[in-house]
Order: sequence, then structure tokens, then C-alpha cells
Amino acid sequence: MDILQLLIYGIVLGGVIALGAIGVSLTFGILGFANFSHGDLMSTGAYIALIFFTTLAWPLWIALPIAMIATAALALAIDRSLYRWFRTRQPVILLISSFGVALILRSLVQMIWGPDTITYQTGIQMPYRVAGLRIRPDQITILLCTIFLVLAVHLFLQRTKMGKAMRAMADNPNLARLSGIDTERVVLWTWVLGGGLAGAAGVFLGLDTRLHPEMGWTLLLPIFAAAILSGIGKPYGAIVGGLVIGIVQEMSTLVIAAAYKPAIAFAILVVMLIVRPTGLFSGRSTV
Amino acid sequence: MSLLSMEKVTGGYGEADILHDVTLRVEAGEIVVIVGPNGAGKSTAMKAIFGLLKLRSGQIRFDGQDITNWKPDRVVRRGICFVPQTDNVFPTLTVQENLEMGAFVRNDDIRPAMERVFELFPPLREKRRQAAGTLSGGQRQMVAMGRALMLDPKLLLLDEPTAGLSPIFIDQIFQIVKQVNATGIGILMVEQNAKQALAIANRGYVMAQGANRHEGTGQELLADREVAEMFLGG
Amino acid sequence: MELAGLLTYGIFFLTLVGIYGLLALGLNVQWGYAGMLNIGVAAFFTVGAYTSAIITTAESSGHLGGFGLPFPVGLASAMALSGILALGVGLITLRLRSDYLAIASIGIAEIVRLTLKNEGWLTGGVRGMAGIPRPLAGLIPGYDATLYLLLVLAFVAAVYWANERAWRSPWGRVLRAIRENEAAARAMGKNSLLFRLQAFVLGAVVMGLAGALYAHFVRFISPEAFNPLFATFLIWVMLIAGGSGNNRGALLGAFVIWIVWSATEIFVTRLPEDLVTRAGALRVLLIGILLQVILLARPQGILPERPPRPERHE
Ligand SMILES: Nc1ncnc2c1ncn2[C@@H]1O[C@H](COP(=O)(O)OP(=O)(O)OP(=O)(O)O)[C@@H](O)[C@H]1O
Ligand SMILES: [Mg+2]
Repeated sequence: MDILQLLIYGIVLGGVIALGAIGVSLTFGILGFANFSHGDLMSTGAYIALIFFTTLAWPLWIALPIAMIATAALALAIDRSLYRWFRTRQPVILLISSFGVALILRSLVQMIWGPDTITYQTGIQMPYRVAGLRIRPDQITILLCTIFLVLAVHLFLQRTKMGKAMRAMADNPNLARLSGIDTERVVLWTWVLGGGLAGAAGVFLGLDTRLHPEMGWTLLLPIFAAAILSGIGKPYGAIVGGLVIGIVQEMSTLVIAAAYKPAIAFAILVVMLIVRPTGLFSGRSTV
Repeated sequence: MSLLSMEKVTGGYGEADILHDVTLRVEAGEIVVIVGPNGAGKSTAMKAIFGLLKLRSGQIRFDGQDITNWKPDRVVRRGICFVPQTDNVFPTLTVQENLEMGAFVRNDDIRPAMERVFELFPPLREKRRQAAGTLSGGQRQMVAMGRALMLDPKLLLLDEPTAGLSPIFIDQIFQIVKQVNATGIGILMVEQNAKQALAIANRGYVMAQGANRHEGTGQELLADREVAEMFLGG
Repeated sequence: MELAGLLTYGIFFLTLVGIYGLLALGLNVQWGYAGMLNIGVAAFFTVGAYTSAIITTAESSGHLGGFGLPFPVGLASAMALSGILALGVGLITLRLRSDYLAIASIGIAEIVRLTLKNEGWLTGGVRGMAGIPRPLAGLIPGYDATLYLLLVLAFVAAVYWANERAWRSPWGRVLRAIRENEAAARAMGKNSLLFRLQAFVLGAVVMGLAGALYAHFVRFISPEAFNPLFATFLIWVMLIAGGSGNNRGALLGAFVIWIVWSATEIFVTRLPEDLVTRAGALRVLLIGILLQVILLARPQGILPERPPRPERHE
């Protein structure tokens, strides 16, 4: 297929990965653990949107925010009921717990919506053709929404007191506490932001492809790869990392079987871990 | 009544106690210096004030109130700010954002406080949009102190503010400490440059092995033969 | 149920407990001893199973094979290949925080899973591999399953014994020290890192062994049996429930959790007809919740870790 065409698909996928990676990066930076349930949080968001978007046939601009809010609330509820109690213990316990949460979420999705593939809309969208390239209206929606969300996150992190406090805590949690920053509230906002973005990423992934209980879990590795590529704990880098992973994954189909797309993310990850584990935009310690 | 008093404080990070019956006080408007060999527990004593250890016994009072085992954010609100020995800035935040974080608990206009910090540390004004992690050691120390001053604390805790700095910067920092103190802020400072520190101090404590060893006015400690031999490099 | 039927089920049950016990013991060396987060147990289990299967099966058009080599060769190859895989992952992540190992290990598991599904010439793809020989078969007619159970238990005993020795050895002590303080240990230098790598590889070798024993037990393997749920998550729940750092705990955990897991199967098959298709998910949900409850209520497990008894001086 045409390289430019793959580039477009790569950017769309990259945007979805980036939205996920921002959340992973924030939770890693602020809570100090790799959240293995992030992918399944995305799936849950995608399925929640299904209720409003498909079953109730509400427009996307209503269904999307509802799914984001619901996913954020879910992330927060998981934190309050589980992660909060593990925070004073080793961070690895959080990781193990999140691995369990991933399975809990996935099995819930499967119990409620069944194990089969679902699409948001019946019928086929006619792609626009520009200079020989095809792009579906859904993909344009995804791109525009992603750009909007990334800008909103940027403004939040740069301009608001809470956003700055989140960056501060990702930088140096001890000093944040010493400065009197209300770390519990920062944690709360981290889940709201990370969860909301995960919900959006899930909806976009569902729009771009299809819904499946494992859709998020399959994307977890590329998301981690994007977060590590950018230097884990750094939300900005995550955007670049997501785009790189997304584009490389799509381009890889030129040389290897499409089935191995996820392996590409892993290959990039391994190279990063060997060459520059602190990420392209280094800073945070890896030890 | 003292501004800060630590009475027979015993405790540590885990099972083993690091501090044994440590007692010290800071009167309003004083500069008090703690000196002592490496590993004496000086930093630990400061962390104890800031609620970062679980104390087994003893009491810490500040401004007429018992603050033993308070959480750090409560201690901050009460009027004590702390500049730790290491990792005392937010490296990827700009200088200005570092200062804003120092004022996190405030909801009023922080511009006057920031203005005062910039007057105290002129180099920071030019660098205010620069990431703190990219600054030189001396400037980073200024950011750290500036951050702590954003709340107009009654007491400032400084843990080795001159460690690793060149002599010019060391003099500057001591000047600034005196200036800050002149505005009425009490200062409790751990210092390796004991001679210089004791010279500007009202009183000093010598700690060793997690306990009080000597105390006296700055001049007394400087004059004490034993102290000089032990800790001041003869 | 008839007594004979019960007995047959008991043997089947215990064999699987033995195999899972081995997996838990392997994970205990990695996580319990060395604090290394392996979220890709499935990878080593799978590699072990398929390696031994390929080595020992007869010619088949469905997958690579036809070597027909004896069982011990299959076992040894399985262990070796798992170990080599672990060596690779370990070398990449050795100097990094444990989170990175966790991420790299699911990466490896994912690649192994993709290969399994897509490389039909090698693994038979989704159709799987059949006709894997069971060793000792026909030695005492009618007692094949019993003999195999004894074989598995012998391996469990051997690994248990080796694990216990390792726990008491200076090697185990260094590993525990590293586990308690990763950062400090990393500063300690090459030797301690080497110890960690050894722990990771040895644990993976045991997982490879378990995989091979599993393949020769069920005699037909397909990707289904190696999904991250069965092959990674259950093992983690077993180890944490039993008590990580404690080998008896690992075995007890394998036993108890396998009972629980089997019981959920009985429970969900009683569900109304239209719910049965979703029953699998319900079982996972229950185990997932069980893990959280254990982590909250008894994080040290049923049998908590104990420091080794000080050696007696004669
Ligand atoms: N976070 C910690 N956990 C456990 N023990 C600690 C910790 N920090 C310091 N210690 C121990 O407490 C003792 C006192 O350390 P402390 O840092 O208070 O000494 P110090 O007088 O500040 O020394 P220095 O001049 O080197 O800064 C030392 O034995 C040290 O090993
Ligand atoms: Mg110190």
C-alpha cells in the first residue's frame, strides 16, 4: 500500500496510543507504578460509549464526554477501593493489583457485552479521497478530537495550579509533599485525567477499528512503548512517542506480516531499553 | 516561649532509632546552626520536625502548639518551610513554577511574595522561564530557598544550603540567610561550613551519633577547643 | 461418582496441581527471592511445552516435527530454550527498575503468543499439536496416569529441594538483600546483578520444565491453554495466596487456587443456559477479585515468608 496512506493510518493510531500513553505516563510519574489496567480501562470506555452512541443513538459529541466521565469515575473508584491501600506499600504491589484489575475489567466487559466483535455503527462509511489517499470521516473526527484533547491537556498542565502540581509531583514527589502540595488531590486528578483520556482513546480505537474485549489489552504494549520512548513520567513526550509507535507500526506492514504489528512496538521498546532507557527526552531516573 | 522546641526526641526511619533524646530550640528571630560529623543525624532531626519520621517519644512544639507527628502539609501551613539537602527543586518546572509550588497552600495573590524572592535572588528574575534543572548549583539552591520563602514562613529549615557550592556562592548564601533573618524569620540551619555558619549564628548545637553533644552561642562554640578540634577542622 | 472415577479425577487433578506447583516454584525464585516482576510466565511455559512437543513428536504435516526424540531430550531442550529466552529478557532489563522488566516480560509473552498463532508450520497454529507421547506409558498397563503423576511429583520434590537449599545459601541471602533495596543493590555492582540474572533464568527454566510436563500430560496443545490468564495470572494468584518467598506456600497456593479455580467451573456450569457462554468471564472475574482480597487482607499469603533458620554450628 502507499506509504502516505499508511502514514495517515499511522497518525490516527498514533493519536490513540498517545492519549493512552499520557495517562500511563502520568500514573507512572505520580504514583510510581506501571498501570497494567490502563488498556482495559480504554476498552471499558469504548463499551460504555456503545450504550449511548449505538444503543441510544446519541451523537458522538454527547456519547464521547459521557464515556470519558464514566471512565474517569471508574478509574477513581478503582483507586479509592484498591490502589489507595497499596500506595504505602511497595509500588510493585500496585502493579500486581493493576494486572488483576485489568482482568476484572476485561471479564466484566465480556460478561456484559459478550466476547464477540461489535461495531459502533452498522453500514459502511465512504472514505474521502484526497490526492489518491483515502481517509474515512471517522478518522478525521478522531484526529480532530485527539488534537483538541491534547491541547486541553497541555493547557491544563501548563496553566492551572493543579496541572503544575501534577508535573511537580511527577518530578519530585518528596519535595511536593514538603511544599505542602495536597498530594491526595493530585492523585485524584491524575486518575480523572488519565481515566478520561483512556475513555476517549478507547472510543477512538472503537471508531477506527472495532470493539472487542481485548482491544485495550492488545494496545497496552504499544502504549507502554510510547511512554518509555518518551521517557516515562513525561506526559508531553508521550504524545511524540505515541505518534512514532503508531506510524512505525503501520509502516511495518510494508515489510512484515500485519499480524506482527504489536511486535514492532516491542522491538522499539527493547531497543529503547538497551540504548536509552530514560527516554528520548530523558530526565527521570530508571532505577 | 520558644518559636520551636524539640524535647527529648527519639525515633528513626524504621526499627532502629537514629535520634536519641535530641533537644533543641529556636527563639523568634534567631539563627540557630546545627553542626556535626557525617551521619550524625542532623538531617534526620530536621525531618523529624517536618513530620517525616515516626517519633517514638519526645515532643515538638512550634509557636505554642504541639506539632509532634503532624503531616508535612500541616506543618507547612503552620509556618515552617524546609529546604532539603538534596533534590530540592522540581527540575522540569520553570523557576517561576517552582516558586508557585512553594505557595501551593496559598489562595491569595502570590505576586508580592514572588517579587520579594526575586529581589532577594536577582539572578532568578531573568531565569524565571527556564527549567530549574538546567540552572547551576548555586542558582538551584536559590530556587530552593526561594520556593521555601514563598509562604512567608515564621521558621525556615535549611539543610546544608552551601554544600557543593563555590566560595563566592557560599558567601552569597550566607548573606541571604542574614537578610532573610533580618525580616524576622527564624532560621534553623545544618551546615558543614561550621566556622562561617557559627559566625552568623545566635546559637549552635553540635550533634554526634544521633544525640546532642554541645550547645552554646555561636561565639562560645567557635571558641571551644574541643569543638574546634572535633568539628571545625582545628 | 464411582470410586474409580473419583480416583481418576484425583490423579488428573494432582498432576495439574503438580505442574502449576512447578510454575509457582519457578515464579517464587524470580519474584519471591529476587523481587523480579515476571508478568510473562506464559511465555516460558509455552516455549517449554512447544519445544518438548516438537522434539518428541512423530512426523506431522501440521507443524514442525518428526524428530521423535526421547522424552528426556524434549525436557532438556524445553528447559534450555526457556532459559535462553529468559537470559535475553534479563540482560535487557537487568539494570532497570522492576516495572521495566514487567513490561518487557509481557512483550515477550505477546510475541510468543503471536508466533504461536501465526506460524502454523512451526506450531500448528490455532489447530495445535496432537500426538505428543506420554512417557512411561504402558510400563505397568492401566497405570499410565498414576506413573506420570509420580514422575511429576518427583520433579516437584526435586525443584522444591533445590529451591530450599538456594533460599538458605549465600546466593539466596544476596538475592533477598537486592530485593529489599533495588537501588542500593544496583550500586553494589556486577556480582549482585549476575545473581539476579541467575534467579530469573533459573525460574524460567523451571517454568519451561513445567511447560514440557504439561504438554506430555495433556498430549494435545493449542494456543487456548497458554493464554495469559491460565499461564500467567493464575500462577501469580497462586504464589501470592500461598505466600511469596515461601516454597511450601507456593505449593499450597497452587493446590488451593487450583481447587478454587476448578470449583468456579462447577459453579458456573450450574448457571442458566443463556449465561453459560459468559461463564468463562465470570470465573476470571472471581479469581481477579480473589487476588485483590488477598492483597488487601493478607498480602503475606497463607504461609508468610520466613528468614532461613541460622545454620547450626557443630
Ligand atoms: N531515609 C533513610 N532511611 C534509613 N536510614 C536513613 C535514612 N536517611 C538517613 N539514614 C541514616 O540515618 C543516619 C543519620 O543520617 P542523616 O542524614 O540524618 O545524617 P546527617 O547528619 O545529615 O549527615 P550528612 O552530614 O551526611 O548529611 C545515618 O546513619 C543514615 O544512614
Ligand atoms: Mg544531612
